[in-house]
Amino acid sequence: MTAKTEEAPAAATQDPKSELPNGAELLIKALVEQGVEVVFGYPGGAVLPIYDALFQQNALRHILVRHEQAAVHAAEGYARSTGKVGVVLVTSGPGATNAVTGLTDALMDSIPVVCLTGQVPTHLIGNDAFQEADTTGITRPCTKHNYLVKAVADLPRTLHEAFYVAASGRPGPVVVDLPKDVLQAKGPYLSKEKVHHRSYRPQTEPEPGAVEQAIELLANAKRPVIYSGGGVINAGPAACEALGQLVRATGAPITNTLMGLGAYPGTDRQFLGMLGMHGTYEANLAMYNADVMLCVGARFDDRVTGRLSDFSPGSTKIHIDIDPSSINKNVMVDLPVIGDVGRVLAAMNARWRERDLATDAKALDAWWQQIEQWRARDCLAFVQDGDVIKPQHAIRRLYELTRERDLYVTTEVGQHQMWAAQYFKFDSPNRWMTSGGLGTMGYGLPAALGVQIAHPESLVIDIAGEASILMNIQELSTLAQYRLPVKTFIVNNQWMGMVRQWQELLHGKRYSESYSDSLPDFVKLADAFGAKGIRVTKASELDEAIREMIETPGPVIFDCCVAQDENCFPMIPSGAAHYEMLLGPNDHAAKPISEEGMVLV
Amino acid sequence: MASSPTPGAPTPGAPNPAAPSVYSTSPGEPPIERRTIAVLVDNEPGVLARVIGLFSGRGYNIESLTVSEVDPENHLSRITVVTSGTPQILEQIKAQLDRLVPVHTVRDLTLAGGFVDRDLALVKVAGTGEKRVEALRIADIFKAEVVDAGLDYFVFQMHHRSDKVDRFIELMKPLGLVELSRTGVVAIARGARGL
Repeated sequence: MTAKTEEAPAAATQDPKSELPNGAELLIKALVEQGVEVVFGYPGGAVLPIYDALFQQNALRHILVRHEQAAVHAAEGYARSTGKVGVVLVTSGPGATNAVTGLTDALMDSIPVVCLTGQVPTHLIGNDAFQEADTTGITRPCTKHNYLVKAVADLPRTLHEAFYVAASGRPGPVVVDLPKDVLQAKGPYLSKEKVHHRSYRPQTEPEPGAVEQAIELLANAKRPVIYSGGGVINAGPAACEALGQLVRATGAPITNTLMGLGAYPGTDRQFLGMLGMHGTYEANLAMYNADVMLCVGARFDDRVTGRLSDFSPGSTKIHIDIDPSSINKNVMVDLPVIGDVGRVLAAMNARWRERDLATDAKALDAWWQQIEQWRARDCLAFVQDGDVIKPQHAIRRLYELTRERDLYVTTEVGQHQMWAAQYFKFDSPNRWMTSGGLGTMGYGLPAALGVQIAHPESLVIDIAGEASILMNIQELSTLAQYRLPVKTFIVNNQWMGMVRQWQELLHGKRYSESYSDSLPDFVKLADAFGAKGIRVTKASELDEAIREMIETPGPVIFDCCVAQDENCFPMIPSGAAHYEMLLGPNDHAAKPISEEGMVLV
Repeated sequence: MASSPTPGAPTPGAPNPAAPSVYSTSPGEPPIERRTIAVLVDNEPGVLARVIGLFSGRGYNIESLTVSEVDPENHLSRITVVTSGTPQILEQIKAQLDRLVPVHTVRDLTLAGGFVDRDLALVKVAGTGEKRVEALRIADIFKAEVVDAGLDYFVFQMHHRSDKVDRFIELMKPLGLVELSRTGVVAIARGARGL
């Protein structure tokens, strides 16, 4: 890897007659050509040439975060709320290693991010130089792809390739490692249309035969269910529209994964809510009892399937995905359809109309009657009495008081995240940003920052827990610097709620290290960072306080003090099946959690 | 494909008696199979690390892995990997390999029909007297070539299918095997068509 013999770039630097731009300028030119408007970053020694070039131009806006992890999450929030590629710029060594959590998060949730990392000069690579880390080595398993640029002549091509790889096929993070001497060497520019990737050509068009089979299976289904995930959101608004058409044409019920919320209108009657571990009763039982399941851009995650041997055992399974490695990974499917979700759905809709197909109305009617019975259990019901705020109540009121707004929601990770997924109904895609695959506490605040940069006039709320928020609390300073009016809604139960819930249910109520001790005074903290602090402890004051938060023009930290002992229901205990849901605190697992289940996370 | 269970609400705790999918409840462990897979990749820094990292990161087996540039003009290298696993895992391995950005082609030579494979070993056998004579005799039977020799040792070059190379090495052990170096398997499909 460290071909120290290639000293060409160093020679180019010293060429005085060259009027070519240097590597840093080439980089900025390439970013601008790629349509980049915003870069989230943090400077350091190895990237000083880039920061110098940034200083001398106006096409790119740089947002200075307070920690490199936050730069990546902000880029993710930006990418997810706009459908564009998020761009990160960090320095070598600790800059790059701090970005690793964000990169892994983006990989797990298939978010297109290009992360530019500084590197020590090529002649020092491998010498344990100051702030040197083997960035391509460290990030190889946590990126979709990565590059080390060893010569300035390769820089523009590599940049364009990085954007192509990040955004096409199943999206993901790409790292471009840039040694400092390469950034200072001069070289020619290469525009993006001259760059064609040698090997990477993901299949986007489906096999027509598979499309025909898929619509026939759906047309002949008696108890169909459509289960869609983040792939539909990634495929864009047109794909979401096509999904809606298919759902309406078939009359089938639809459930979304955590990542897929918003792809289909959450307030529609055909929507069953989220499925999986904390999914609704009706969604999980529909999955269990279906005879045909159409999985669209989802990956049969363990949080969705529960016990694999009891996952939708009677259904014929169709799986649409752009990534062939998602097919048959966890669950064997009967009909894989490889292709871009949007194109596959469009093809299915077209053929459905052309062949004038219809589902069996009588069977479907019976199926819906069944589903309505399950829905009538009202599995998300809770009782708010007295003045102690139930966390579910806080989140439901937050939803009801903000639903008419131009709203974007991010979350941290834990109970509040699941409650937000349950009680917020998203009617359009790209409005919901949460760390699904990696489950990264500290995701929500920087992600909200990125969303607010992309949508300065919109209402952006980070629904947080008091533990998660402290993981990237430094970004309050970034909010202050750029006057970003992000609302941080902390559901403060003084516990790492999900950890406490598992300890209660699975570990004999031995609450080991899950109490949020020595919390800061969030109202004073808000004051320290130039934000408005609001604290609510009484249910009777909740609505008024939420309204105050919404009406505040600047950033707000909302400390919502809630009941400490609430658990997130429904819940499928780990290692259990979809029909073994616990619906509330008075429900006990049908049988003790198995040894096997205890091992699962 | 799947049989149709009657629609009805299973109360929580009462499993639906529907006929289960043939996949999810297949009795016993699925059989472990061995496959030889050819992978054509860009010869660029880190590409081997990507392949090896994929196997180690996802817990797949590598029984043998060889790599060498095969097309210097286009900077293409060919990796031959022998791996084993259940059919589902093997399909995953191929899909995951194909997903790596610098990978051009993944071909399952075992599934694609006939292929020839070779493994080359350099085997150093030290000894004198009757054992030395016996080693040479067996080498002759196996058509191993003497590529270096001294008064008290031979270096044999043996190339054939891995199992035959294994057999040769087994026989050399009691005759004074002191050192062994093997290439691992290289393989190519039969027939006129290229990869």
